[in-house]
Amino acid sequence: MANIISDETIEYVGILAKLELSGEEKEKAKADMGSMLDYIDKLSELDTEGIEPMSHVFPVRNVWREDVVTNGDDRENILKNAPEEKNGMFEVPKTFD
Amino acid sequence: MENILDLTASELGEAIRRKETTAVEATEAALENIRENEKNYNCYVTVDEEGALESARRVQKEIESGKLTSPLAGVPVAIKDNMCTEGLLTTCSSKILSNFVPTYTSEAVLNLEKAGAVILGKTNMDEFAMGSTTETSFYGPTKNPRNPEHVPGGSSGGSAAAVAAKECFYALGSDTGGSIRQPASYCGVVGMKPTYGRVSRYGLIAYGSSLDQIGPLCRSVTDCAMILEAICSHDPKDSTSVERKDNRFTDALEKDLSGMKIGIPRDYFGEGLSDEVASPIREALEVLKTAGAKVEEFDLSLVEYAIPTYYTIAAAEASSNLERFDGIKYGYRTESYDGLHNMYKKSRSEGFGPEVKRRIMLGSFVLSSGYYDAYYLKALRVKALIKKAFDEAFSKYDLIIGPAAPTTAPKLGESLSDPIAMYLSDIYTISVNLAGLPGMTVPCGKDRNGLPVGMQLIGDSFRENSLLKAAYAYETALGGSFERAFFKKEGR
Repeated sequence: MANIISDETIEYVGILAKLELSGEEKEKAKADMGSMLDYIDKLSELDTEGIEPMSHVFPVRNVWREDVVTNGDDRENILKNAPEEKNGMFEVPKTFD
Repeated sequence: MENILDLTASELGEAIRRKETTAVEATEAALENIRENEKNYNCYVTVDEEGALESARRVQKEIESGKLTSPLAGVPVAIKDNMCTEGLLTTCSSKILSNFVPTYTSEAVLNLEKAGAVILGKTNMDEFAMGSTTETSFYGPTKNPRNPEHVPGGSSGGSAAAVAAKECFYALGSDTGGSIRQPASYCGVVGMKPTYGRVSRYGLIAYGSSLDQIGPLCRSVTDCAMILEAICSHDPKDSTSVERKDNRFTDALEKDLSGMKIGIPRDYFGEGLSDEVASPIREALEVLKTAGAKVEEFDLSLVEYAIPTYYTIAAAEASSNLERFDGIKYGYRTESYDGLHNMYKKSRSEGFGPEVKRRIMLGSFVLSSGYYDAYYLKALRVKALIKKAFDEAFSKYDLIIGPAAPTTAPKLGESLSDPIAMYLSDIYTISVNLAGLPGMTVPCGKDRNGLPVGMQLIGDSFRENSLLKAAYAYETALGGSFERAFFKKEGR
């Protein structure tokens, strides 16, 4: 394998991805990501000098609309999906002291 | 009348209009078949018996009063479980959405409801549409109704299997890298991914937003055209939705292919393609020649770069799209945690399955500072090259035809251990998403084990009608029914 993923890298990716991996999962993730990156490295065979990165296949323009509320108040139904709610609001763990 | 379940969606719609049957009878028949077969196939995550019967009764009244006149009015449909349906559980086949009941309905499903569709339930899929076999579902794998020891393909495996098992009359799926066309091929049904932007993605739970597109899975080319007419619309709620006037897809259903030029990419028939897939496709090409088409081989190029390009872009978009699952507004929250960030991490780690985590991590990596240029931007540059290769092909041909997948459906349990090998099953479908093109699969035969083989038709942007025309000419030459031509069992 050409791409060796270090413990630090997988730790960093875990922070970015907001995932907590067990020791066993970490080892598997290192191997999987290494082999995926080996595979993706195939793209370096292609000369892309001067080619613009293509985000959209069609020439799209920004779409504007007036800032007008069209949907009604659906708070009660929306909160039914919340794992925790309090006084008509989403309840989250304490974020600062 | 023959068994109502054998009717295509358009035939059933017509039978309802002619008062030979009703939406309620059709719904009851489908539900009964679901009750009998679900233990064998597991096509659905949720079956909404009560809701379906209630809407069948309402729709039937509206048909009788003349309020509903759409050709698909009263026809029962199954919806992939990544499209939001108001008041009906929508899980994406994930634990993290195991309790999510949307407060609104996705635009494509709303369009079907306006056309009088009766929703039977939500179909199984690979978790968050990430997979090619429907085995990554939190709710267990779906089995291929043509042979239950094999996978139905994926990620719209539940939708394709439900159509093949007659547990619905047609279904909606979504296609990010082949997720409609590959399961359609494995299950022996018709499937289409329309041009990017044809169908609103509003309410489709996003995986790779620049690639995702909703489309039909059904039993005939006529059904496919009618369903497209119902679901395509310009939607201001999806800023990538395109306004088009050419939405008359049923006009394309012609048998004469004179003047049509079809290109066959040599690179699609090379190493890795099973002979058992190649030969029925070559036979089908002879049928198209007889119908008047001119068929010619050419080199498409860049085929082997499509999968690495796709996985970079799709994983990057997935890592961003799936940030919203944080255990706060909806979905699963872990039981015990220490502070906000620990709650995020634990909820996500317990809520997502291994394939989803794999792609989120890869996506986070290729977007991270120091790697963004080398991986993500490089992939977007190769995407431009792939689009250019298709543009050149469509300057010469009306249509490209090849396989939908390199093999027929693999056995259950053989695919997940080697992710890259699984990804390779998407080699012929993936570049179509990268270039935003329409692609369609129709059945064209069986292998020696009786498993279906599909043929893929690829068109230039917004040329769905070319695909439908060639597919319809082929279906007509076979006698008007793929099911009768390839899958009818003895004595039925």
